[in-house]
Amino acid sequence: MKPDCLAELQGVSKRFGSVVALDGIDLQVRPGELLAVLGPNGAGKSTAISLLLGLQQPDAGSVRLFGQSPLMLEARRSVGVMMQEVALAPELRVREHIDLVASYYPEPLSPEAAMETTHATVLGGRPYGKLSNGQKRQAQFAMAVCGRPKLLFLDEPTVGLDLKSRETMWDMLRQLVRNGASIVLTTHYLEEAEALADRVVVLAKGRVIASGTVREMRATVGHKRITCSTVLPAELVASWEGVQSVSHDRGRLQITTSHADTIVKRLVAADADFQDLEVHSAGLAEAFTELTQEPTQEVA
Amino acid sequence: MSTTSFAVENDLMRCTTMSSSKLRRAYLTEVKYECLRALRAPAFAIPFLLLPIALYVLFGVLLAGSMSKGDPTVARIMFVNWAVFGVMGPGMFGFGMFVATEREQGLLTLKRALPMPPAAYLLSKMVMAMLFSAIVMVTLVVAAVVLGHPGLSAGQYIGISLVDMLGSLPFCAVGLFIGTRASAKSAPAFANLAYLPFMHLGGLFYPLPRSVQPLEFISPAFYLDKLALRLAGVPSLDQLAIGVAGPSSHGGAILQIAVLAGVTLLLTGLSIRRLRRVG
Repeated sequence: MKPDCLAELQGVSKRFGSVVALDGIDLQVRPGELLAVLGPNGAGKSTAISLLLGLQQPDAGSVRLFGQSPLMLEARRSVGVMMQEVALAPELRVREHIDLVASYYPEPLSPEAAMETTHATVLGGRPYGKLSNGQKRQAQFAMAVCGRPKLLFLDEPTVGLDLKSRETMWDMLRQLVRNGASIVLTTHYLEEAEALADRVVVLAKGRVIASGTVREMRATVGHKRITCSTVLPAELVASWEGVQSVSHDRGRLQITTSHADTIVKRLVAADADFQDLEVHSAGLAEAFTELTQEPTQEVA
Repeated sequence: MSTTSFAVENDLMRCTTMSSSKLRRAYLTEVKYECLRALRAPAFAIPFLLLPIALYVLFGVLLAGSMSKGDPTVARIMFVNWAVFGVMGPGMFGFGMFVATEREQGLLTLKRALPMPPAAYLLSKMVMAMLFSAIVMVTLVVAAVVLGHPGLSAGQYIGISLVDMLGSLPFCAVGLFIGTRASAKSAPAFANLAYLPFMHLGGLFYPLPRSVQPLEFISPAFYLDKLALRLAGVPSLDQLAIGVAGPSSHGGAILQIAVLAGVTLLLTGLSIRRLRRVG
């Protein structure tokens, strides 16, 4: 494990029965960064997070959290967590929930300070069961930061929030990162990743299919995707200069390239009978949708 | 927003060990909120706090008292037996329902991801069940002194109360075993499936016919009842029915304690193994 790495998956595989959830992935979380993990449902996002938190054990590969096994209490004392689907005791007040979670940490914020910094003070005296979904997210966020964690795992933190609350949450996340915390964020909202993330990792079918800074991701988006039916073998096309990747999709070839014009000319030259030509250039949102789309068989 | 209080500054030197006083505080906080939450849940607190005293007064004091024409032996047996009934519920349903719900609704997962001291989860629920048992015992002792007149000494009341509070632990273990296996919806049904036979086969409410008596051995309530009856110096209902006068005995206190401890350890062990593997 590199010394400047807070959390790391190295060559990690995990299967549930016959379903491969993670297929040998590498993932690093570095100090002071906000890492957004994107991907469709079933891509392996939550499995990756579960492994980093020690909730599940990998079938292969290694998982480190602050240089230790995530099963170690010491490692998790530097971590704050906000989960997507969790029902907290409805009878307890928000302040009491925060007080309880804070007691797990060595140097926590007081519940009052945690609520003040997360703009949740007005919720403090309310029973958790009486909160709206958005207010529950706010309370859970206060619980996630009350231990003053160095690393925060936030699973879809802004689901259910109205626009204003989402903006507020974004501000708070930026503030946390400015103060030196690292954040791992899973989200369905691409604009959330664009607005916040220093680095983006895209998972699909248990593998990292793209990763880099938001700027690099934008550059990827500059690539075009050519789809056509052709007799040419994928391996051959993949070897052409300027071709990034080639995949099969329902009998058609999908070619990702930064030089669409050149590649189309070569296609015409090599296989005059090719059909169904489509050339796409995608925005960030479409790029990720495409990147993570259904059964494609990567060959390059 | 105040920047100072948001200081999660990334000093990698910040300690991640907990002093024993902080660790103790974590356990106590868990216990406090587990108790608070159970006391505030009307569907849990009302039946398990009010039912024992209501049923004891109705059946143990009024009905049994008039049927036995104020026989002090019957009065003592009634007090002991309804006390056993009273400490069964909180453990079985507290663990059965809460653990099943918390497993299903993600709370247990969150707690496992958080740096909660590992034993705090089960320990806080055990203390909660014992607190409920203590409250039940206080109400029953008051009702006994005021209405039931079983003529027990203060020492006997205290002894029986302590035995019954500790005796709630095997029922916690049964509830935990159910809670780690059943869904949130089916857990109360499965808890009842154990609760009702334990209660009736424990010989708490009426003497069991001889042919059914071998079944008593499967009920932890039977062994707890025997222990408490011994402290009260009275026979069990079964024995009373065939005319035994002296204090209850059935294989000696050591055997009864061993069975109760064995049930507790076995089912808790199996449940912890399941929680570790399956969650």
